[in-house]
Amino acid sequence: MDFDLMITSFPKLLGATVVTLKLLSASLFFGLFLGLFFAILRLNKNIFVNKFAYGYSYVFRGTPLLVQIFIIYFGLGQIEYLRSTVLWVVLKEPYWCAIIAFTLNTGAYTSEILRSAFQTIKPGIIEAGKSLGISNKIIFYKIQIPIAIRQSLPAYGNEIILMMKGTSLASTVTLMDLTGVAKYIISTTFKPIEVFIVAGGIYLFMTFIIHNVIKYLEKKYSFQQ
Amino acid sequence: MELLAFGKTGWGDELFYATLMTVAVSVTAMIFGFLFALIFTPLKLSKYKTLNFVGNFYTTVIRGVPELLVIYLLFFGGSGAVMYVASIFGYYEYIEINAFITGAVAIGIISGAYSTEVFRGAIQSIDNGQFEAAKVLGISKFVQFYKIILPQMLRLAIPNLSNVWQITLKDTSLISVTGLVEIMRQSYIAAGSTRDPLFFYSFAAVLYLLLTYISMKLINKLEVKYSRGY
Repeated sequence: MDFDLMITSFPKLLGATVVTLKLLSASLFFGLFLGLFFAILRLNKNIFVNKFAYGYSYVFRGTPLLVQIFIIYFGLGQIEYLRSTVLWVVLKEPYWCAIIAFTLNTGAYTSEILRSAFQTIKPGIIEAGKSLGISNKIIFYKIQIPIAIRQSLPAYGNEIILMMKGTSLASTVTLMDLTGVAKYIISTTFKPIEVFIVAGGIYLFMTFIIHNVIKYLEKKYSFQQ
Repeated sequence: MELLAFGKTGWGDELFYATLMTVAVSVTAMIFGFLFALIFTPLKLSKYKTLNFVGNFYTTVIRGVPELLVIYLLFFGGSGAVMYVASIFGYYEYIEINAFITGAVAIGIISGAYSTEVFRGAIQSIDNGQFEAAKVLGISKFVQFYKIILPQMLRLAIPNLSNVWQITLKDTSLISVTGLVEIMRQSYIAAGSTRDPLFFYSFAAVLYLLLTYISMKLINKLEVKYSRGY
């Protein structure tokens, strides 16, 4: 055990954690809206809209995240037309490519989580709202969405943790996130175990915090209160 | 289309073998995962606090740390660890472990953590009366497990194991960083030499979709088989 290496690499890894957290929060933020949008499309009665949303979630859940990042980072740059548009400003940066890939990925999972949450809402609740003369729009915003959020909290907590682990793939497109820096230190010092303990410890700490925040929210918004 | 031709002119045969490699790694990793689950599930269900701790430590750490980090640990540390064990037995030569074994073990460790959770949940959801009834009838522990608990457990576990299989299959794409030529690595090589990354990575995505689609169909059949009588 090389404790000196563990101590000297800790600040470097902690600095890289900031990158990981930035990637995570940006992709979760955009992914939540994307997920909500596609969940609503899934509940649409129009079969084409429905199938389109299903296709989106099927493709992004059925392929590895690594492929998705590579298509966006290496693949899209190949299209000549894209290079001449404003989009190129965004797509030439690995940072934004990673965020786009993560957003599309987490959006697919989130849409499934929200859809199943919407579907578990008892019809009686919506009927009760209707019989009280509440408009469809208000029923959706004030009744369905809050219940769906509560229902999907445990599954969404898992998704946040999965996404946190997913951000490690940013290191494959030259971003120096926590895993990227860990790999760099391992490959220069050849001390994988020490670096793994420190980097893994930071990841576990983040998992622990996310887990407990979700648990607290679940308790706060539980029906019993 | 000529890019996908079989033979020397195209990448069709290379990608075909790469797909087989992905399937082989996934299956091996899944089997390793079952072996790990076989060890750690009893630990998690054990009455003893220390054994419990070991089981929980395994599943918590592996499920909380990115897969890529576990792969790097085994890739850089694997041969060192094996050489250390070999040195105890008086063997001091350099040992290199091939990428297939490293990859399969790394993904196996990850898939094992998920399998352990699935098995634990399935066993815990079996009614306690079943265990007691078997005991009262004087059935041995071994027969009790294979003839009474396992069939009931499998029915409950198969839908969740199918998720674990999907995760395992997708995680094998990460082994490409160690240089094992599976779908992702082969696409990387092809994309590099033809300068057509968009086509090859999209094709890789199609291959993965195909694999997940086929395995879903097969697993659905299994599910029907094991839920007979319900």
